[in-house]
Amino acid sequence: MSNKPKFAMYWAASCGGCEIAVLNIHEKILDVDANFDVVFWPVAMDAKYKDVEEMEDKSILLTLFNGSMRNDENEKIAHLMRRKSQILVSFGSCATEGCVPGLANLFPVNEIMDVAFHTVTTDNPNNILPQTSFEVPEGTLHLPTMNSRVKTLAQVVDVDYYMPGCPPESHQIAAVVDLVIQVLQGKAQLPPKGSVIGAGNSTVCDECPRARNVKMIKAFHRIQEVAPLDPTLCILEQGVPCNGPATRSGCNARCPRVGAQCIGCYGPAEGVLDYGARLVTAFASVVDAKEPAEIESILDGIPDPTGQFYRFNLADSLMRASTSNWKKNGH
Amino acid sequence: MSENTPNKPKIGVYTCHCGTNISSMVDVENVRDWAKEHLGSEGVIVSRDYKFMCSSLGQELIEKDIKELGLERVVVAACSPHLHEKTFRGASERAGLNPYLTEMVSIREQVSWVHTDKVVATAKAKSLIAGTVERVAQNAPLEKLKVPINANTLVVGGGISGIQAALEVANAGFHVYLVEREPSIGGHMAQFDKTFPTLDCSACILTPRMVEAGSNPNITLLTWSEVVSVTGFVGAFNVTIKKKARFVNEELCTGCGICWEKCPKSVIDDVYEAGLGYRKAVYTPFAQAVPKYPVIDKPNCTFFQKGTCKACEKFCPTNAIDFNQKDEYLNVEVGNVILATGYDLFDAGRVTNYGYGRLPNVFTSMEFERMCNASGPTGGEITLRDGITKPQTVGIIHCVGSRDKNYNNYCSTICCMQSLKFAHLVKERTGADVYEFYIDMRTAAKSYDEFYQRVLDEGTLFVRGKVAEVTDAARQPHEKGKLIVQVEDTLIGKQRRIPVDMVLLSIGMEPRADAKETGKLFGISCSSDGWFMERHPKLDPISTMTEGIYIAGCATGPKDIPGSVSQGAAAAARVLDKILQKEVELEPIRASVNENKCSGCRICNNLCPFSAISFMPELGITRINPALCQGCGTCVAACPAGAISGTGFSNEQIFAQIDGILMGI
Ligand SMILES: Cc1cc2nc3c(=O)[nH]c(=O)nc-3n(C[C@H](O)[C@H](O)[C@H](O)COP(=O)(O)OP(=O)(O)OC[C@H]3O[C@@H](n4cnc5c(N)ncnc54)[C@H](O)[C@@H]3O)c2cc1C
Ligand code: SF4
Ligand code: SF4
Ligand code: SF4
Ligand code: SF4
Ligand code: SF4
Repeated sequence: MSNKPKFAMYWAASCGGCEIAVLNIHEKILDVDANFDVVFWPVAMDAKYKDVEEMEDKSILLTLFNGSMRNDENEKIAHLMRRKSQILVSFGSCATEGCVPGLANLFPVNEIMDVAFHTVTTDNPNNILPQTSFEVPEGTLHLPTMNSRVKTLAQVVDVDYYMPGCPPESHQIAAVVDLVIQVLQGKAQLPPKGSVIGAGNSTVCDECPRARNVKMIKAFHRIQEVAPLDPTLCILEQGVPCNGPATRSGCNARCPRVGAQCIGCYGPAEGVLDYGARLVTAFASVVDAKEPAEIESILDGIPDPTGQFYRFNLADSLMRASTSNWKKNGH
Repeated sequence: MSENTPNKPKIGVYTCHCGTNISSMVDVENVRDWAKEHLGSEGVIVSRDYKFMCSSLGQELIEKDIKELGLERVVVAACSPHLHEKTFRGASERAGLNPYLTEMVSIREQVSWVHTDKVVATAKAKSLIAGTVERVAQNAPLEKLKVPINANTLVVGGGISGIQAALEVANAGFHVYLVEREPSIGGHMAQFDKTFPTLDCSACILTPRMVEAGSNPNITLLTWSEVVSVTGFVGAFNVTIKKKARFVNEELCTGCGICWEKCPKSVIDDVYEAGLGYRKAVYTPFAQAVPKYPVIDKPNCTFFQKGTCKACEKFCPTNAIDFNQKDEYLNVEVGNVILATGYDLFDAGRVTNYGYGRLPNVFTSMEFERMCNASGPTGGEITLRDGITKPQTVGIIHCVGSRDKNYNNYCSTICCMQSLKFAHLVKERTGADVYEFYIDMRTAAKSYDEFYQRVLDEGTLFVRGKVAEVTDAARQPHEKGKLIVQVEDTLIGKQRRIPVDMVLLSIGMEPRADAKETGKLFGISCSSDGWFMERHPKLDPISTMTEGIYIAGCATGPKDIPGSVSQGAAAAARVLDKILQKEVELEPIRASVNENKCSGCRICNNLCPFSAISFMPELGITRINPALCQGCGTCVAACPAGAISGTGFSNEQIFAQIDGILMGI
């Protein structure tokens, strides 16, 4: 065993994109290897939970934890990693705000199961659904149990830092890795606990080069309906709902720069409690109509408000879940 | 008294009985004890009740506790903060506590007055108090903003109300810009012959005031002018006034009248003569106009339209006609503004069943005013539309366009008296029989009902009922050639058809057609009816929600001349009060932009009802002018970046309040 500080990365309910993003920091990954001893990283190396359990508490210096809290296994490992780590980073949108898995909070678990195991392309004549435990000659097998609602990492354990993004931009990850190494070398200080790292303090618009005017929106369109999009003018002003005004900066306005609206993967701006509510009031404020009927018809241009306003943030919003999902476990 | 909880400010809770207003529906003693017991952990160290918290004894109670117990926050559960927030914040300030650390909970308007179950009401009062206790702990001390006051005043509208306001301010020694859109000041009052209830001649009482306004050295009279832009805030408004080209050089013109005598072009005068008479293309609206200079009505002037004529120029003895004159723009700085833009009249043609515009002998009230006026189109003769025939019978219909859900719901307040005035004038001048068709008789002001009695004694016939129709379709021989008024006489419970020669429609008052735009220009709002909205309908009827903008006369709603004059004077008194204070204190409840967070997305740029928001293109960020901002919160809610915050309404305060309310349930 070397005496380099220890590094871990874990995925809970997530797509794997965050792991790819870490690998995508290219040669910086060598710095990680040079400065850290990677002790646990299921996607990159073989390891057992038992090994982690046997480590001393607080023996891991840095854990990047991605993925949301979908089931009891996710939560169990969250507690474990918290215990073993000095610095626990909520890494990426799923861990930080629930992200796309969080959208399931609008439906009860049994409905989700029914839908998932009865799609048109699913051949399931005997109506077989996953069981959480199953008897085999060797004994009882267990599968993790779904929680009634998806939670963020911070809703389950104490988190030191948050890194937004779906996934976090590689240059931001590289910068964070650099920072931690500098801290180890005594050349820098960690930001205050609870800070958002690897992102900006303003919103995507701040990094967006598109020209903008006083906004007066007469109609909302889907992006494919506006052809061609003016390449230099604010996308929102062209009627395509761009979430840039409410989304934390840090990605360097990746999407608007290439002609797509921001969909909000960097989450809410500093101090904003409910991302979707902010956006709803912002869009509503610039709808240029007075008559209720006209307002209605303009708003009909946003056919999926939940997807538009809460794609990444539902599990971390003020509502967090539909009532039925709240009632299930009483929390 | 309980011990202070560490980390919580020391809070005092004061619950008011408001006589029995609150205590009849809320168990005040119980609330008092509950607050002491249950909110002790939240910092409450003293909880008291009192019969009238707002009385000086009640206030002293708070002051004493602040001084003796070292209270750091005060919560008063009583009436609405609209009424007494100032009172209690004042009490705190006197005791040395920053006034913004005191908050009120409305347990009267929001609790006792709206509930019928004492148990529920008491529980709700507790919950609201708990919310405010949590909130007040998050309050920060704030300092009032101070702005110096420019001593000049702008008065918009030169009707009797605006004239009165301008004279009061000018006579106190301060400068006034009086802006009137028509060629002369005077407003509607200049059109009348006699005024109720005293029947004194309108011109005789109005023209001296007009002359005074025209000659007072402290008044810059700008007629044929309009305000086109307003920026700034109380104490320092910057106003741009458009002086429309008169085509008459005011320095040279003596008002001799030769030009309009010689002008060959007659035009129907829709404004001053209510369409009943003519004026020339170069004109003053009436003989006593102030100022005396005429204007050339460009769209109707033969020279402007056809290129030849210039009769006025030829005959003017002082060479005052100037066809090349251009609109001028004047920029003035003022500290306060009084809006006295008056009213428009209801369009009688909209009530098609009364036949106005179709049946010649149906007249509007304003036409009749002009007809009665000795200098009017008929020289004061009351005649039918032919200008010759004297009516034998006249019907006066009340409430035309007023008190009617198809038009305006409100009562125009003056038309009952104006109709009675007409009945008197008809009787006096023609001896004709007069019918008044009224729904209710509204004569509720000094000497008004006496005037009604007098008209009753004069033999005017009163029919109580809403007129269904005025028609010329005769059913009986005696109806031939007459106008028939079809009405349900509700006092005898019968339908009646009353043949008359002449019908007068007492049309109601309406907000100026452009009142909304005027309101927007000056940053004030209109009620749902369209009248300028007061800060408080009873206690502050001449102020608006925008500091430094006052309203007077019929611009705020229908009223008679005494009411319009009183409001003009009251608004002037307010302005003088402001001027004499030299500085104005503004509530520190303001929005501000955190420039590091603002991305310049410009979502908020068009939202501020007080034009306080501006975009800084060089910096790519938005700023709020704190003196203009009224703390309405619109932009705070809209900013998607959370870059705007409102003092007094931080997230922490709002969520603490919600937590407290839920905790108290
Ligand atoms: C038929 C009739 C008879 C009446 N008889 C009586 C009576 O006998 N006794 C009585 O007490 N009351 C009477 N009244 C009521 C009386 O007319 C009003 O109370 C009074 O005239 C209101 O004065 P004001 O100054 O508020 O408005 P106005 O007289 O309407 O004056 C407003 C002035 O502002 C000007 N103005 C408007 N907009 C602008 C703008 N944007 N910029 C610049 N200038 C502007 C207008 O040109 C006008 O000169 C009568 C009303 C009617 C309709
Ligand atoms: S395109 Fe989107 S990110 Fe860019 S300025 Fe407009 S709203 Fe902001
Ligand atoms: S522009 Fe918006 S959606 Fe695109 S990467 Fe940035 S934050 Fe994510
Ligand atoms: S004042 Fe008389 S006539 Fe006028 S609206 Fe009111 S009730 Fe009708
Ligand atoms: S809170 Fe915002 S919108 Fe309201 S007055 Fe102030 S700047 Fe204007
Ligand atoms: S809405 Fe907020 S972020 Fe956008 S310009 Fe206004 S203050 Fe700045």
